[in-house]
Amino acid sequence: MSKRIEVKDLNVYYGKFKAVEDVSLTIEPRTVTAFIGPSGCGKSTFLRTLNRMHEVIPGARVEGEVMIDGKNLYDADVDPVMVRRQVGMVFQRPNPFPTMSIADNVLAGVKLNNAKISKSDAEHLVEKSLKGANLWKEVKDRLNLPGSGLSGGQQQRLCIARAIAVSPEVILMDEPCSALDPISTLAIEDLIEELKAKYTIVIVTHNMQQASRVSDKTAFFNIAGTGEPGKLIEFDDTTTIFENPHVQATEDYISGRFG
Amino acid sequence: MSTEVERVTTSKRTLEPKVLWLTAAASFLVSLGVFVVLSMAGITSGFDIVATVLWSAFLYVALSYVMSRIVEGKRKATDRLVAGVVTSAFVIALLPLISLIYTTVADGLNRLDGTFFSSSMRNIVGEGGGGLHALIGTLEVTLAASIISIPIGIMTAIYLVEYGRGKLAQAVTFLIDVMTGIPSIVAGLFAFALFAIFFGPGIRFGIGGAVALSLLMIPVVVRSTEEMLKLVPNELREASYALGVPKWLTVVKVVLPTAIAGIITGVMIAISRIIGETAPLLIIAGLSTNMNYDLFNDRMTTLPVFVYTQYANPGRDAQAYLDRAWTGALVLILIVMALNIIARILAKVLAPKGQR
Amino acid sequence: MTSATTSQPALRAPRRLGDRVFSIAATTSGVIILVVLASVAIFLVSKSVPALVATDKEVTDVGMSFWGNIGPLVFGTIWAAALALLFAVPFAIAIALFISHYAPRRIAQGLGYAIDLLAAIPSVVYGLWGIMVLAPAVQPIYVWLVDNVGWFPLFAGPVSGTGRTVLTVAVVLAVMILPIITALSREIFLQTPRLHEEAALALGATKWEMIKMAVLPFGRPGIISATMLGLGRALGETMAVAMVLSPAVIVSFALLQSQNPTTIAANIALNFPEAHDLGVNVLIATGLVLFIITLIVNSLARFIVNRRKAFSGAN
Repeated sequence: MSKRIEVKDLNVYYGKFKAVEDVSLTIEPRTVTAFIGPSGCGKSTFLRTLNRMHEVIPGARVEGEVMIDGKNLYDADVDPVMVRRQVGMVFQRPNPFPTMSIADNVLAGVKLNNAKISKSDAEHLVEKSLKGANLWKEVKDRLNLPGSGLSGGQQQRLCIARAIAVSPEVILMDEPCSALDPISTLAIEDLIEELKAKYTIVIVTHNMQQASRVSDKTAFFNIAGTGEPGKLIEFDDTTTIFENPHVQATEDYISGRFG
Repeated sequence: MSTEVERVTTSKRTLEPKVLWLTAAASFLVSLGVFVVLSMAGITSGFDIVATVLWSAFLYVALSYVMSRIVEGKRKATDRLVAGVVTSAFVIALLPLISLIYTTVADGLNRLDGTFFSSSMRNIVGEGGGGLHALIGTLEVTLAASIISIPIGIMTAIYLVEYGRGKLAQAVTFLIDVMTGIPSIVAGLFAFALFAIFFGPGIRFGIGGAVALSLLMIPVVVRSTEEMLKLVPNELREASYALGVPKWLTVVKVVLPTAIAGIITGVMIAISRIIGETAPLLIIAGLSTNMNYDLFNDRMTTLPVFVYTQYANPGRDAQAYLDRAWTGALVLILIVMALNIIARILAKVLAPKGQR
Repeated sequence: MTSATTSQPALRAPRRLGDRVFSIAATTSGVIILVVLASVAIFLVSKSVPALVATDKEVTDVGMSFWGNIGPLVFGTIWAAALALLFAVPFAIAIALFISHYAPRRIAQGLGYAIDLLAAIPSVVYGLWGIMVLAPAVQPIYVWLVDNVGWFPLFAGPVSGTGRTVLTVAVVLAVMILPIITALSREIFLQTPRLHEEAALALGATKWEMIKMAVLPFGRPGIISATMLGLGRALGETMAVAMVLSPAVIVSFALLQSQNPTTIAANIALNFPEAHDLGVNVLIATGLVLFIITLIVNSLARFIVNRRKAFSGAN
């Protein structure tokens, strides 16, 4: 059920400004792929094109193809809303809905879409998703309290539970640990390791050690300068990228010479 | 360097707070004494509390300036003078508020009785009678204005924040600004001009008043709702989109519930603003002494218009009319205060829980 | 989980009905605003035209002429509002400073509410208070002023016996617009960059010198636009003027006499219930003039606010 993502010649624009140029890569099912690169290199922008979240920003548009199991996301008859149900997303800052309880946050994807769900199914789904996000033990006694009362790391895992509750095939994570402390970060990284068995995961991170710890493949993005579009410089197995990169810029970045 | 600065700025001597408090007390006692003597000597008619407060404030500011000038030097004295003036300005501004509320309560209590709330002014030219017809009128007209304004206002705000781009949105934003500045009497004239075209120049009815009030209420609702919607973090919208929720459900089920406390507060404030309007209703809803439950037929009096007509067109016993006017004013103020307080409480109760 | 997703017809879905309906509803509301304001303008103008082109005979029939009245009415409107500003602005700035910089922080918010309360009181109650309480209270002062400084044109006699003069009206209007100007100024003063204030204090300035150096210059555009908004409110205020003033259609600067220039809004309120035929058109035409005046004043205020927003690096 997790699927292969193939990107061909993708360009992303914000109005007239070209933010990402000419990206082609293939993400295999049930792997963790990390995007690394200096700030502003377009890695987050590129990530958001994988479930058409970039369209939320006025003026953003895309050229090229993103194929998920052979179907182009950008075909005229594709509904972005349906895309996002298959490709879930976790954001930089944990963002549980402040008006909802922990259980309702998990069920948000179901309830916000006005879908009918029986009480027992709902309870089952909450438990399964929270267990899937390694959060069940911590919150099972306070499912009806507001989600915003949890710690940052717990909130982020709640957001992951919320994302997997709609049974997506791919989960995108946009710097999911950058707002968290080291212990919460470890918990999330362990979780990513487990989720990999079921989902295709793409993670953007600033933290190269994190990329080397959690990912199977790594893509390095870079920009030539301010105002220039971001480009995919190198995409390979994580061990290759970190130990034996083919491009000089990758090596410079990995070894901390800039970024 | 530092010693030089010290020498330039001020001498080390300062007035102690105790001294200033004593000066304040002395100023007040002196003024009090003067005005009590004046009133007992019959020079002024009765004891004048307002003048006493004004003179004691003036005396205190003047005295503290002179003392500070002598003890602390010119710069420090100017500083104290400004502090005194600024504080006095605040106290003086409170005088009308206190006087107004005191008079309204004192004079309004005379007729705050069962008859006031159970009878109209039909066939009354002297004592008795009441404002029931005006209360009903206020209730119906305000309700109708709210029913027109709240949906349009909230939807317009949603349009501006969630959908509006380009020329149309700019035009709407500009026109909301224009609407905010429409004088209330002009709103009344507009409603009249509008309905006179269909029903002739003698047209007077409650719904016309509601239309005029809507013109005043919509911009307030739009502005406050817009502010509240902008406060909803974009992250919540993105979280919802990322779950595959369409935009309209995101707005209805995530954005609006998050902002609901502020929106309700804004709506209540808007209602409390229009509920006291007199001028437009004078023009399009007309004057009446009778009960009228029908918004779409005949003249309909609201509470503010009732207050005005009781004062402006008294019958046989002018004092009875004046008493009713004050009672009407008291009821009106109580309603407005109640709306404001309820708004605040609702805002507290409905605010999203947890740290935010 | 598997069956649910694979049974979905791939990614295909029709354009969502809910989205269409909702966005059309929201856009329609925006368009309604446009239509309403356009119709305000059209109806007022169409109802005004007869008054603008009336013949002398028609005018004598109803005893009211637009061209004969509009001059004194515009004068009265601006005169009363200007006097109100004269009282309100210094007080408003002082009160705003008191709340933002002098009052103890714990009670400052409560004091702000007290001033805001002034805005919540309906104008008809202000009218009642003005005529029943304020006018009799200030009348003896007017007598004293006319007796002692009557040589000064503004205070020329004969003094009004009731206190229902343009000066009393100005005081009532000042009280009514005070909360608007105070609230906006207070907000601006509180936005003064802390660094500027601390820099001034660090130079050894007293509190007042700090306010002169940092707060007031920073707040000046805000004060100006708040003043304009208050002016807009004062120009359009109806009931307080209609109830308190003893009116006449004249041009006079005397503050204390029983013949006072009336305002457009009060004139409409007092004469509309009895007006008929062309009289109605004349009153609506004056209303249109009032609308245009307030529109200009408010637009100026917005313009100043927006320009400040664009250029200020503070926020």
